[in-house]
Amino acid sequence: MKIKQLQQYIGFGILAACALFVVIILFVILYDIAAQGLGVISWSFLTEAPRAGMTEGGILPAIIGTFFVTIITAAFSVPLGVSAAIYLSEYAQEGLLTRWIRASIRNLAGVPSIVYGLFGVALFVRALSFGTSILSAGLTLGLLTLPWIITTAEEAFRTVPRSYRDGALALGATNWQTIWRNVLPYAFPGILTGAILGISRAAGETAPILFTGVAFFLPQLPGSLLDQFMALPYHLYIMSTQHHAIEAVRPLAYGTALVLIVLVFFLNLTAIIIRYRLRKKYTR
Amino acid sequence: MNIRNITDKFFHYFFLVSGVSAIGILFAIFVMLAMNGLQTFTDVSISQFFLSTRWNPSAFGEPSYGILSLVVSSIMVTLGAMVIAVPLGIGTAAYLSEIAPPFLRETLKPVVEILAGIPSVVVGFFGIVFLGPLIADVFNLTSGLNALNGSILLAIMALPTIVSVSEDAIRSVPKDFKEASYALGVNRWLTLVKITLPAASSGIVAAVMLGIGRAIGETMTVLMATGNALQMPGSFFDSVRTMTANIAIELGEVPFGTTHYFGLFAVGLVLFFMSLAVNLTAEHFTKKYRRYRT
Repeated sequence: MKIKQLQQYIGFGILAACALFVVIILFVILYDIAAQGLGVISWSFLTEAPRAGMTEGGILPAIIGTFFVTIITAAFSVPLGVSAAIYLSEYAQEGLLTRWIRASIRNLAGVPSIVYGLFGVALFVRALSFGTSILSAGLTLGLLTLPWIITTAEEAFRTVPRSYRDGALALGATNWQTIWRNVLPYAFPGILTGAILGISRAAGETAPILFTGVAFFLPQLPGSLLDQFMALPYHLYIMSTQHHAIEAVRPLAYGTALVLIVLVFFLNLTAIIIRYRLRKKYTR
Repeated sequence: MNIRNITDKFFHYFFLVSGVSAIGILFAIFVMLAMNGLQTFTDVSISQFFLSTRWNPSAFGEPSYGILSLVVSSIMVTLGAMVIAVPLGIGTAAYLSEIAPPFLRETLKPVVEILAGIPSVVVGFFGIVFLGPLIADVFNLTSGLNALNGSILLAIMALPTIVSVSEDAIRSVPKDFKEASYALGVNRWLTLVKITLPAASSGIVAAVMLGIGRAIGETMTVLMATGNALQMPGSFFDSVRTMTANIAIELGEVPFGTTHYFGLFAVGLVLFFMSLAVNLTAEHFTKKYRRYRT
């Protein structure tokens, strides 16, 4: 009896240590980057362009580039993803077709990001002649985000009570009217939360944009969708591996890493707050 | 047909097409990779491509396109990551779902989510500035950018997936199993080890497969942290270049339409099939554990 008790203490202790270790990993990463990055962050770092061969100055063009490309990503993947989710949850009978669609979505989610990059080069940059541009990169990231958007949106639709649909249909509304007026508003907070989380991941991705539009350094801001752009994650990559004076620009790299992390967290936090607010509004 | 019904019909087909587009995109990715990648083999024999360890497309006179060292590097770094992430991830999942008091669980779950949200390029940066020097120090090496560094970082990247999917699997084990065990006087630890974990095993296998999928397809972290030397790796202290990193390094410089260009798509095609195989295996095991659900 005593031995079994002891066994349990040790066993639980080991499992708790595992969980603690995961917390420590996160803490060390965040602490290292925050401690070294905070000193670099200033108003001018956020609002100026890089100067003197990117050894001085700020990261404004990279912030703006990431912002633009993220908008293209959202404009492409959210409408398409939500439509696909509507089909799966509101129209489709479970059968061979839905099995194929779902299997495709799961496999798309597992396709490596660099493969999306290759696909973007072959399709958007070459075949459709968008060149290396905000448009190509945004669409590539949109494809990458699509499985996530579909999955989270479908989950949101599944939380809508059956009675919302039945009530409208019983009054003679068409399927479309039911979805547009009764189902979509109720599912909206869930869709928005999923969309923001998906977009925040896209904003941090580097591999898919490497060859589809991101640039090392640009003297001016992009003027159209067919221009190249600078982006935060790529800026961090070159500042830490490709720059001619890597040690000298290390503080700038730390600052960029911190801004990137804060941006992603800010988006995540927004998603959580929106979900909380809108859920209160709709559940009366 | 009035406007109302036409609108309804229109949106029905619109949504149908959107849904089917998922199949179309997966198929299009495959076709694009194959169309470009297979052209490699007009110049390079299939056996050379898969069995040669020499990847040197720009060698003067006789360029060679052997991906064996790239594949071995990818697999090695991934397996190294799993050695770390699997016990740690399953341990954490078991703690979260079976042992942790509710308030602790509610604070720990966001930790895992935040870890999942850190961009891979930031993890790679952490490998360069923190983990690299640490490894160089501890093992007395000149550089800490090697397979070990990559494995540790990939373990961090794969952990959130392994934790959340395993936790889901452990949670979906029916209560009756555990209660029957408790009723026979078995304590919580032995119930966990002998009853709950075995019952959740297929879900845990699915979690590990998904973790492997994440690790083998990850680009930026390995690109930044493993040193990228083109060689057959001998140990975890060697610098390695994975398939993903190789595409990332070379695609930017390669002229369009050359064998080298097509060769990189062929590497992408191999990567595509590897991730497909890993995902289908994961799906097979996911189906098995979902049977508890209904």
